[in-house]
Amino acid sequence: MLEIKDLHATVDGKEILKGLTLSVGAGEVHAIMGPNGSGKSTLSYVLSGREGYAVTGGSVTFNGADLMEMEPEERARAGIFLAFQYPVEIAGVSMTNFLQTAVNAHRRARGEEELDPLAFVKFARAQARELGVKDDLLKRPVNMGFSGGEKKRNEILQMAMLQPSLGILDETDSGLDIDALKVVSDGVNRLRRADRSFLVITHYQRLLNHIVPDFVHILAHGRIVRSGGRELAEELEKSGYAGLVEAA
Amino acid sequence: MPAVEETVRQVAETANQKYKYGFVTDIEQERAPKGLSEDTVRFISAKKGEPEWLLEWRLQAYRAWLEMPEPDWAPLTFKPIDYQQYHYYAAPKSDADKPQSLDEVDPKLLETYEKLGIPLREQEMLAGVAVDAVFDSVSVATTFKKTLHDAGVIFCSISEAVREHPDLVRKYLGSVVPYHDNKHACLNSAVFTDGSFVYIPEGVRCPMELSTYFRINELNTGQFERTLIVADKGAYVSYLEGCTAPMRDENQLHAAVVELVAHDDAEIKYSTVQNWYPGDENGKGGIYNFVTKRGICEGRNSKISWTQVETGSAITWKYPSCILKGDNSVGEFYSVAITNNYQQADTGTKMIHIGRNTKSRIISKGISAGKSDNTYRGLVRILPGADGAKNYTQCDSLLIGDQCGAHTVPYIENRNRSATVEHEATTSRVSEDQLFYCRQRGIGEEEALTLIVNGFCREVLQVLPMEFAVEAQKLVGISLEGSVG
Repeated sequence: MLEIKDLHATVDGKEILKGLTLSVGAGEVHAIMGPNGSGKSTLSYVLSGREGYAVTGGSVTFNGADLMEMEPEERARAGIFLAFQYPVEIAGVSMTNFLQTAVNAHRRARGEEELDPLAFVKFARAQARELGVKDDLLKRPVNMGFSGGEKKRNEILQMAMLQPSLGILDETDSGLDIDALKVVSDGVNRLRRADRSFLVITHYQRLLNHIVPDFVHILAHGRIVRSGGRELAEELEKSGYAGLVEAA
Repeated sequence: MPAVEETVRQVAETANQKYKYGFVTDIEQERAPKGLSEDTVRFISAKKGEPEWLLEWRLQAYRAWLEMPEPDWAPLTFKPIDYQQYHYYAAPKSDADKPQSLDEVDPKLLETYEKLGIPLREQEMLAGVAVDAVFDSVSVATTFKKTLHDAGVIFCSISEAVREHPDLVRKYLGSVVPYHDNKHACLNSAVFTDGSFVYIPEGVRCPMELSTYFRINELNTGQFERTLIVADKGAYVSYLEGCTAPMRDENQLHAAVVELVAHDDAEIKYSTVQNWYPGDENGKGGIYNFVTKRGICEGRNSKISWTQVETGSAITWKYPSCILKGDNSVGEFYSVAITNNYQQADTGTKMIHIGRNTKSRIISKGISAGKSDNTYRGLVRILPGADGAKNYTQCDSLLIGDQCGAHTVPYIENRNRSATVEHEATTSRVSEDQLFYCRQRGIGEEEALTLIVNGFCREVLQVLPMEFAVEAQKLVGISLEGSVG
């Protein structure tokens, strides 16, 4: 479903990804682990098409399409969802308005009728209930005054509503206490499906106790230095990055 | 709310269109000869069958106009106006026998309104809005007359008011904006052709929103609308004004005057969505919009509230103001001004505190894109007798791109120690983070910008009447097309 081959990318002229190769099949959950500065967030931004992240080599195909040729919104509509490490605040725009605009953009792209405001609110409330998110969050301006936990839960709610085929979780565990972490993880687990894959980007193993991956990859110096099953994460927990990265 | 849905549908249909109102309806016009002179003034007055006192007033205004220099405080750049190149009077020919109902209205006119997204019939049925529609200079249809008549409300064209209610017109015309107020107001007073007149009698709450759609249609016709709204003691009225204009190359002059009078305990809410043709992306063409709008809170506890969404015109020069004369009176100014390409806007308000415990509130949101310049210019003046006066001003500017300008020019003159004057101002840019966040959710770049800008303007848009708010949000999007990417 997602094929990354020998990907090189630079930020401000500095090469951050240096030949990253990764293959993600349908329904698989891959954890990308790595120390600070290894290129984890760069990977998520390159995949989602953020400006300023220049691809200098290699290729990325997503369901057969050349992802790097697509605008960020086209990638999103094609099924890529990025749960942000730092969700962005937008003053004066209610979550309902924001999400309705997003959902209808996806529907238009699929050639479907747009949802009218009433139908949308019904849909949004049902999704929120499913994930244990309070209704009133939908009335508040996008991420404004949200607690850390609320912001991350809100990301998962958005993912639930946009129903991507690939969910990228960029350090979703950062800044969460253990209870919030559990709520967010439960939300993600509910969204796991045979035709939906996840890239779980994290520094710490603890998230993987809740979202159990099929594969674990260690990212260091801009490339994947080791891959394995979930036991690799446990090994990492014991020996730390230093040992593993050095060994590679 | 079917009317809202109708509007929403129209919004969807207009998405991604360039200036959609760019067309000219082909209807024969009866025109005054080009140019401005005493003869022109006499021609207009005679055409309208006006009384002697009004002709005299117009002539005084014309003579004052000859003497007066152009206002020069706004840093606007444009070629000097050649007043002799304009026609000062144009009326649809069918005016001679005026239609008594919509059925009698020229179908071409109705078609024009439908292209504009203002289906009169639907509005009549669904929205509960009475429309005194101005096509060029002469009113062609007034709806809901009966309901208003039963409530004792007078809502008609100013020409009709001159004929039917001469005492009221004579008493109030020029009482807030005198004919010699400024050069543009002089011109308007001399050659105004039509506009609206509203009188709400004592204790009456106007049973519906009153709405007038203005539209310039004839080539080279300057538009000089005159609006006069009087709310007697304890009365309330909400008045909506919206404009669209067809696309053309020649600059058009528009110099309207609006006067509001609120007596004791009365309230007037005046909302505008202004979408005159702004010129093309190279700055060619577009309307010059030089407007004098002023209201007086004459009585105790009266209130005047101006709300404007200014997206159009090549040049906007406009300062809807409040004279807070009655004790405890309140003035409000809520403004969104958007400029794109080569548009220039110099807009703001004046709050003149005369009475005791008078309050004013100013919320201004300026959005600049392209190579445009957007200035907020506001005066808060507290006179010595205005004990306990309070003002709060908030001016926020949003920049899109790096070739536009945003300026905030507040003037504060306080001559009373017990007064409180607050001023807050911010300038920000649409952030890359916000745009990317929206786009990652599948929202296209221009739609994302519209969303973010509408959020920035929310405090102002939310005080607009519902139907107008939807229209305004749509305009925000249309106005900013081509400003990103």
